[in-house]
Amino acid sequence: MGKKQAGTGPLSRRPDNSAFKQQRLPAWSPSLTAQTVLPTFYILSLVCLFLGIWLFITVENTYELKVDYTNAGTCERCFDLRKHVIASKTACTCTVSFQVPKLFQGDVFFYYGLRNFHQNLRRYMDSRDDAQMVGRKNNLKAPSSYCAPFDFDANKVPIAPCGAVANSVFNDSLTVVYNPADGSEIQVPLYRKGIAWYTDKNVKFRNPPTNDTFTLQQAFEGTTRPLYWQRPVYELDDTNSNNNGFINDDLIVWMREAAFPNFKKLYGVLNRAQGPFTEGLPPGNYTLSINYNFPVEPFRGRKELVISMVTWFGGQNYFLPIAYLVTSGLILVAAVVLTMVYVKVGKNGKNMEE
Amino acid sequence: TKLNFSSALEEERHVRANDRDYNERFSYADNRIKTAKYNVFTFLPINLFEQFQRFANAYFLVLLILQLIPEISSLSWFTTIVPLVLVLAITAVKDATDDYFRHKSDQQVNTRQSQVLIKGKLQNEKWMNVRVGDIIKLENNQFVAADLLLLSSSEPYGLCYIETAELDGETNLKVRQALTVTSDLGDDVAKLADFSGEVICEPPNNKLDKFTGTLCWKDNKYSLDNEKMLLRGCVLRNTEWCFGLVIFAGLQTKLMQNCGRTKFKRTSIDKLMNTLVLWIFGFLICMGIILAIGNTIWEQKVGSDFWEYLQWKELTINAVFSGFLTFWSYIIILNTVVPISLYVSVEVLRLGHSYFINWDRRMYYSRKDTPAEARTTTLNEELGQVEFIFSDKTGTLTQNIMVFNKCSINGKTYGDVYDEFGHKVDITEKTPCVDFSFNPLMDRKFRFHDSSLVEAIKLEEPLVQEFFRLLALCHTIMPEERNEGELVYQAQSPDEGALVTAARNFGFVFRSRTPETITLYEMGQAVTYQLLAILDFNNVRKRMSVIVRNPKGQLKLYSKGADTILFDRLDPSNEELMFTTSEHLNEFAGEGLRTLALAYKDLDEDVFDEWMKKLLFASTALDNREEKLGALYEEIEQGMLLLGATAIEDKLQEGVPETIACLTLANIKIWVLTGDKLETAMNIGYSCNMLRDDMNTVFIISGHTMLEVQQELSKDKFSSGLDMEKTELYSSDSVFEETIIAEYALIINGHSLAHALEADLEQILVDVACLCKTVICCRVTPLQKALVVELIKRHKRAVTLAIGDGANDVSMIKTAHIGVGISGQEGMQAVLASDYSFAQFRYLQRLLLVHGRWSYHRMCNFLCYFFYKNFAFTLVHFWYGFLCGFSAQTVYDQWFITLFNIVYTSLPVLAMGLFDQDVNEQYSLRFPNLYRPGQLNQLFNKRKFFTCTLQGVCTSFILFFIPYGAFMTAVRDDGAHISDQQTFAVTIATSLVIVVSVQIGLDTNYWTAVNHFFIWGSLAVYFAILFAMHSDGIFTIFPNQFPFIGTARNSLNQKIVWLVILLTTVVCIMPMVAVRFIKADLYPTQTDKVRLLQQATRKQGPQEQNLRRVRRTSSRRSAYAFAHQQGYGELITSGKNMKVPTSSTSTYPLSSPTRGLTGTSSASICKCFRHQKH
Repeated sequence: MGKKQAGTGPLSRRPDNSAFKQQRLPAWSPSLTAQTVLPTFYILSLVCLFLGIWLFITVENTYELKVDYTNAGTCERCFDLRKHVIASKTACTCTVSFQVPKLFQGDVFFYYGLRNFHQNLRRYMDSRDDAQMVGRKNNLKAPSSYCAPFDFDANKVPIAPCGAVANSVFNDSLTVVYNPADGSEIQVPLYRKGIAWYTDKNVKFRNPPTNDTFTLQQAFEGTTRPLYWQRPVYELDDTNSNNNGFINDDLIVWMREAAFPNFKKLYGVLNRAQGPFTEGLPPGNYTLSINYNFPVEPFRGRKELVISMVTWFGGQNYFLPIAYLVTSGLILVAAVVLTMVYVKVGKNGKNMEE
Repeated sequence: TKLNFSSALEEERHVRANDRDYNERFSYADNRIKTAKYNVFTFLPINLFEQFQRFANAYFLVLLILQLIPEISSLSWFTTIVPLVLVLAITAVKDATDDYFRHKSDQQVNTRQSQVLIKGKLQNEKWMNVRVGDIIKLENNQFVAADLLLLSSSEPYGLCYIETAELDGETNLKVRQALTVTSDLGDDVAKLADFSGEVICEPPNNKLDKFTGTLCWKDNKYSLDNEKMLLRGCVLRNTEWCFGLVIFAGLQTKLMQNCGRTKFKRTSIDKLMNTLVLWIFGFLICMGIILAIGNTIWEQKVGSDFWEYLQWKELTINAVFSGFLTFWSYIIILNTVVPISLYVSVEVLRLGHSYFINWDRRMYYSRKDTPAEARTTTLNEELGQVEFIFSDKTGTLTQNIMVFNKCSINGKTYGDVYDEFGHKVDITEKTPCVDFSFNPLMDRKFRFHDSSLVEAIKLEEPLVQEFFRLLALCHTIMPEERNEGELVYQAQSPDEGALVTAARNFGFVFRSRTPETITLYEMGQAVTYQLLAILDFNNVRKRMSVIVRNPKGQLKLYSKGADTILFDRLDPSNEELMFTTSEHLNEFAGEGLRTLALAYKDLDEDVFDEWMKKLLFASTALDNREEKLGALYEEIEQGMLLLGATAIEDKLQEGVPETIACLTLANIKIWVLTGDKLETAMNIGYSCNMLRDDMNTVFIISGHTMLEVQQELSKDKFSSGLDMEKTELYSSDSVFEETIIAEYALIINGHSLAHALEADLEQILVDVACLCKTVICCRVTPLQKALVVELIKRHKRAVTLAIGDGANDVSMIKTAHIGVGISGQEGMQAVLASDYSFAQFRYLQRLLLVHGRWSYHRMCNFLCYFFYKNFAFTLVHFWYGFLCGFSAQTVYDQWFITLFNIVYTSLPVLAMGLFDQDVNEQYSLRFPNLYRPGQLNQLFNKRKFFTCTLQGVCTSFILFFIPYGAFMTAVRDDGAHISDQQTFAVTIATSLVIVVSVQIGLDTNYWTAVNHFFIWGSLAVYFAILFAMHSDGIFTIFPNQFPFIGTARNSLNQKIVWLVILLTTVVCIMPMVAVRFIKADLYPTQTDKVRLLQQATRKQGPQEQNLRRVRRTSSRRSAYAFAHQQGYGELITSGKNMKVPTSSTSTYPLSSPTRGLTGTSSASICKCFRHQKH
């Protein structure tokens, strides 16, 4: 308070005459007047309506197909087999037929969907070691305590990748075969790479350093595969050696934990390089053959294959357009009510005589 | 030597003068004082210990400990420790600064110099080195260093004068007298050094007016009492030097023992907030229990099936145990509903508001260079809720300056100024003053504007001369002439001072008096009158007279007094003059001036002689002396001739009537509590416009017994109660028109108040008083002032404010919710006890209507928003619990939880809480009824709290379920999945930040640059931190702490995320906008209306403001008021207060030292005169 001129002078303690100290800062005082509120409501209603319609039309032209194969077709057998943990090593394959009613034009995405699988439990989500999966040597052999009890196996050998998330990786392999009317069988070609986020693939998940002489297998020396895995992490992909270790796309996709108990994760993208898939996924009969590994019976879950087209704002999603349309309607109703109230009942300004 | 030195509790104090070795055995406190709490080493432990005693801090500490248990730690420890450390650090810094200043002031006091007699020599020592048993020398105007036994002084009889303002606030001088044996030591250092008396006295205590002890010296015992003590904190006055023996030092002095901790005042919002926090706490536990039960059920039904994937040992044991752990986990997660930053932010806001008060130039009084000061920084919002103001009169409403303003002499008024057209001119600072330079003895401070009176004097009009002669003769003032012509009047009442000063300037200078004579300088010539009798003033007589014999030998009786009294005793020939004068008196009364009528009478020698004999006889009468004297006075004061009347202005502080009018419009009841007399108080009531002639009734309660008081009160209640229904009918909501209701005023006397404050009458007093527009309590003691405040606090549950300037107001200032001290005056007692201080009563208007209202408004909006924000933020976890198996999984990134309250959303709401102005200051003052919501507690109460928490709950619901619905099926535009927890977290967090930012935007009425900066800045900072925390770099350094790598980039580039955010924001905000709009449209509050008006006028450009002018109405009443007490006439005629004998007699009776004091006490009266305060 007046420190600058402290001490002497008859007005030495007079407060500064600054706009700040005198609370006279220039300011904008908006208020909710009819002139501002009512137009806002109408405009917002229009905006929402426009967005809703646009989204709705987009969604209407998008198709999605779900094939629940939990115990459908020949999978009944495998479903039963997987009830028993003892038989987990026994391979089981089955097939499910399904029909695509319309042409899925353009890029077609294949997802595996799980129902009632809680990837969002706190301790499940925490049960991972990002430091290990970024390929740090120290962390590789010394998994975080958060991974317990999936950090060391019975022989105290560190598990890589550790934790419940990695341990429970979705390990069905899905093959879709197109059965055109001529009776031939064409396997639907899928890109199985590039299905993870770029940042995940290139930053968040890294293998331990390797070089020409030091193989991935050597890098993982001294660790063991997770309990439920049939293969070690460095042999996840037979076909592509660059897709092994922590940077395996399927593993990365799985490691991005779903927020809700029902979710779908990208499995592959239709390769439209050659016919008959250049246009997209043609309508007709298809067979889904499954290497059935992932048990869902214990938690009463379901497994499904989801085939979907993509829109400019994501997949087939009715929620948003409908939500926008409803919001638009409500705002419009509110706007009309407000207008009526303002015109008929409101006396704003009338009581202003001093 | 046979004493028990080790006794922990001192029962008796033994002090031997000049014997440090002996005294040290008792280990008495030395004279160092320590008010500081910490030193460098003890600061951290003690301060932390104190801080953790606060509920909130302890609570967060417990949370922190909970978070360290891995089984239940749903959040990392840093989410709590970062805010907690921040809070602790801020508080610690504040405490440290406070303590630093205490250290500094301690240091300053401890190093004051005093002269100590050590080894036979006077040496300068620091105060802190003074020990019990030392003899120290004090000089005039020095502070007393410790509690001393007065040994000797420069004044006769070992007298010395002290001012005890710092102790009890009384500014008049008090006299202390040393024992004769010790006063004979004089200033002989050798004798003093040999003095070896031993004092045995009471142990240290806090009784300022009591001391018992004995002095043993040379085998004699002398009893000691408080009259021989100089207490620390006093100042030596009018005494060249004195010597004292240190009895109590340092912290054991009575001053320090009296420094009780001032009661910590808390605002009603504070109390409400504490209740609410407890409620929220209960709510939190309820949620925890619900979720824990949910978890137990879930674990049993679903969770056990997941055993394959989870395999936690603990959880498989028992679902109930899992639920128990979950309970604590959720307590941790949901703790943000009671955010730690709430307490800090509230403190910051209050501090900010206090600074605005300190900085306000319009509350700065340039004449005394005193800015307003918020001495307590925790009460600001309560300033916006005041319903009762208790005001002192003298020094607060009035300046305690009496000004001779007008007079009526022989039917002609003087004092008004007219311009050339004959119109009356308002007298301002600039009005030219009458030039008194013809008179060398004039008082330069005296101002008079009407030159016609001087002309009349110069023309030597006999009645005008007689008028001023009367003023110069008829009084009880003591003159003091230090240098030639430098006259100082020591008046017992300021009224008399004003009158005699007026006479002095008009050429009738009262120069000196003896018991028998009065010497005037009449127009430069010395004239000595023989003073034959003073017919003293008392409350019944309401007049005083003197009988003098002038040099010509004529006997004259001069009388002044209340008009009603004097008019009855006039000679019948005066009737016509009486009517004219009476009209003038009415005029004066209408202007709020206090009036006196003046009359004289020529006395016949014989009549007087006979009367004098009777008087002498009566004055020696043993019984009924007063009555006999009264009758005799009455006898001679008959048939007087009217001279005229004087009108004295009891100068109000500037702007008092306007302020009172404005505060009354704000529905604040103003009670005047004064120690003054009924007439004076009423007079001020009229001049402040608190009492008006158009008031229905003014009840005056002055009963002396309980029964009388009860009857009077009941009668008043009955008569006012008749109109009660009418009152309610008329008090409509229309706040713009002044409600016309029956107006009453209550005036209650101190002795009646004592009865009325008893338990039986309390209620009826409150009832009657609250029906009255104005309440004036006169003749009240400081304690009664506090009792009245206490009464209202108890019965009305209203916020009270006490304002005063003197030590007698301290109790009431401390009792009221808010105490205001008038600063810039001599005594600091009231200011030191107060919460706010400023120099002028009129600033109260600004303090309450502008600062208080704003503070309240800001604080309430702040709290509403804060609770809303945190409910919206936290309850998302609750909803998520139903989807994640009640596993206490957080929705947000942990860093977001850590930073949300302290970084992302704290500054905009702080800016709102600091700068918001719903209505600007001009309009706040122009429409005092805008103050009403604060009094009715409308802006933040339990209902409001529910509304805003409900809004928060709804927002959290929308915030959670719209993204949930959208993300159920959503994928990215490149087909990759997006419904992962991290994207979901970022989407909700972003929506939340945007929604609460928009909401604060809606809540902000006054967008300064700072608000813009903070709101947009917070959003920018949110995104900046978001991207930084999700960046590659920070992940590669701490992979486990920042697992959200890339989420921001990968989600915020998705259209669907923005569509969700947009939809969420719209759905969250629009209902609120609609509700607010409709509310303002259908049921506009006063504030809404004024805001609209303000905006309309702003568009039109600034308008001429019509300031409310308060007009005083003319009145037909006696404006007699006189601040005078009985008994001074006798003192003068007895001559006791004339001259102090200059030499002390050594044969002074040893046995009864008190007699010596009574003998000389009159001497002190003169010295005390000028410090008297009414």
